[in-house]
Amino acid sequence: MNIESKILKSDERAACVLRSLYRNLGYCQYKMSKFEEYALYVKNKDFLVSDGIISFTDTNGRLLALKPDVTLSIINNSKDVPGSVQKLYYDENVYRISKSSRAYKEIRQTGLECIGDVGLLEICEVLLLAVRSLESISENYIFELSHEGVVESILDDYNIISSLRKKILSAVSRKSKSELEGICDENGISSVVKESLLVFTENYNDTDSALSELERICKSEKVSKCFEEFSFLVNFLKEAGFGKYIKIDFSLTNDMSYYSGIVFKGYIKGIPASILSGGQYDKLMKKMGRSSGAVGFAVYLDALERFNLEEEAYDVDIVLLHSGNIADTLKTAESLSSAGNTVRVCSEVPKGLRYRHILNVSQKGE
Amino acid sequence: MEMLDIALPKGRLGEKVYSMFEKAGFECPSIREENRKLIFENEELGIRFFWVKPSDVAIYVERGAADIGVAGKDILLEYEPDVYELLDLNIGKCRMAVAAKKNFHDNVNTTLRVATKFGNIAERFYREKCRDIDIIHLNGSIEIAPILGLSDVIVDIVETGKTLLENDLEPIETIVPISARLISNKASYQFKNEIIEKIRLGLSGQVGV
Repeated sequence: MNIESKILKSDERAACVLRSLYRNLGYCQYKMSKFEEYALYVKNKDFLVSDGIISFTDTNGRLLALKPDVTLSIINNSKDVPGSVQKLYYDENVYRISKSSRAYKEIRQTGLECIGDVGLLEICEVLLLAVRSLESISENYIFELSHEGVVESILDDYNIISSLRKKILSAVSRKSKSELEGICDENGISSVVKESLLVFTENYNDTDSALSELERICKSEKVSKCFEEFSFLVNFLKEAGFGKYIKIDFSLTNDMSYYSGIVFKGYIKGIPASILSGGQYDKLMKKMGRSSGAVGFAVYLDALERFNLEEEAYDVDIVLLHSGNIADTLKTAESLSSAGNTVRVCSEVPKGLRYRHILNVSQKGE
Repeated sequence: MEMLDIALPKGRLGEKVYSMFEKAGFECPSIREENRKLIFENEELGIRFFWVKPSDVAIYVERGAADIGVAGKDILLEYEPDVYELLDLNIGKCRMAVAAKKNFHDNVNTTLRVATKFGNIAERFYREKCRDIDIIHLNGSIEIAPILGLSDVIVDIVETGKTLLENDLEPIETIVPISARLISNKASYQFKNEIIEKIRLGLSGQVGV
């Protein structure tokens, strides 16, 4: 059966393209149940994007939840096998509270996870697939990168206590330079350290200037090691031909209790929020009692619903008014439709229907 | 030409903010004309201003209907929109404070009744103090709530304190200082970075301490 591509909406088309992209690189589809033990999400609530979880009791009295997230389920259902890496992709619906309307929303999410002995090879592959995912949706995209390891070890170097760290990262995530300066001043942070931390709120037009600014504040061996990895990954993407699409931005620094290394977000022109988000989350694995590492990302397909949406001028091409013989009417409808028209058969024109032509069965061929 | 959409808060603050844009070289003369229009364009500069209710600026920006805008820190703290706060404009300065009737004594063995428009700010403030509170959401005339016995205290914006004084109330604690902020939609900041940064720079030169 051939499916006309114009029938597919932007999100449906993207889902097909992305699935084939991941499948072609050997990722296996992970089909999961709609429900999962509620406890899994409660234990890792901070990892979830939204706080509301739809829960219910099943027939055995177990408390279940409609899954608000895919990553946690995949980790929960995978096993540590030393020396091996599981490569999985998914195309699933998740259920979350919309922040603006405070109502539950069903969100279609496609993405992939690489779980196991994850090294630079796997991280580079995931980065490449993330960029390719954006590229397959639109040529006009930006891929933002940061590295949790670099940011965290710089904060470690400056002995920033955890309560203060939260405030600093919150200001960084909003690019609020004035607030970051205020936090430093209120908490007796020296001007040298303050100047270093302000590197995180800056806007960088190119990756080289961001990396050289970052290198300037990398003091300890631990930071340098993370910095080397970060700069390797950035250069890998540049050499792969994506230099003009990538940007270093520390404001996307996530929750440090889950992410450990590279983190990234993708934006597409015409969509007002990030459409892709991911990173290396070894710390989440550890929290869930796992010894291996993991890297992955999700593409929020619901954001594509209104992307490149073309308002059609007509609901149907032809309204075919039935009178007389039913078989004749339906035969006429079929022949008009096989000529490439959309045809609505009815006895009288429905109120509000927008149509290009109206025909009586007897008029066919006129 | 691709336009940059700028949401300005209607009212005195918005006019002050527009003057700053004008001084920074991002003017739109038609905005000074006396009429009821809400959208103004300077095609040559590629900018479009529109007036919206101050509390709605953040919604326009977060959802990308405006690329940038100016919103009070009170609104940003209350609704926590997912936007960048690029600059503290240091205007529209006031503070979010707790106020009560003169000689108010906080009886800590009862739940504190707090009347406010800013439920989230109040909730966070008292949560950090581990104080049990009952939030009463009001949309205006907050000051009369303690007088009529509806609440023990109020959490509201205090500019000069005159309204409080005239209603026999006094500020008892400052929660956070407030001022107007230049905010940006996160995606717009990526794709229209050059002009947004130019605006930020142009405005930052006018920010007093």
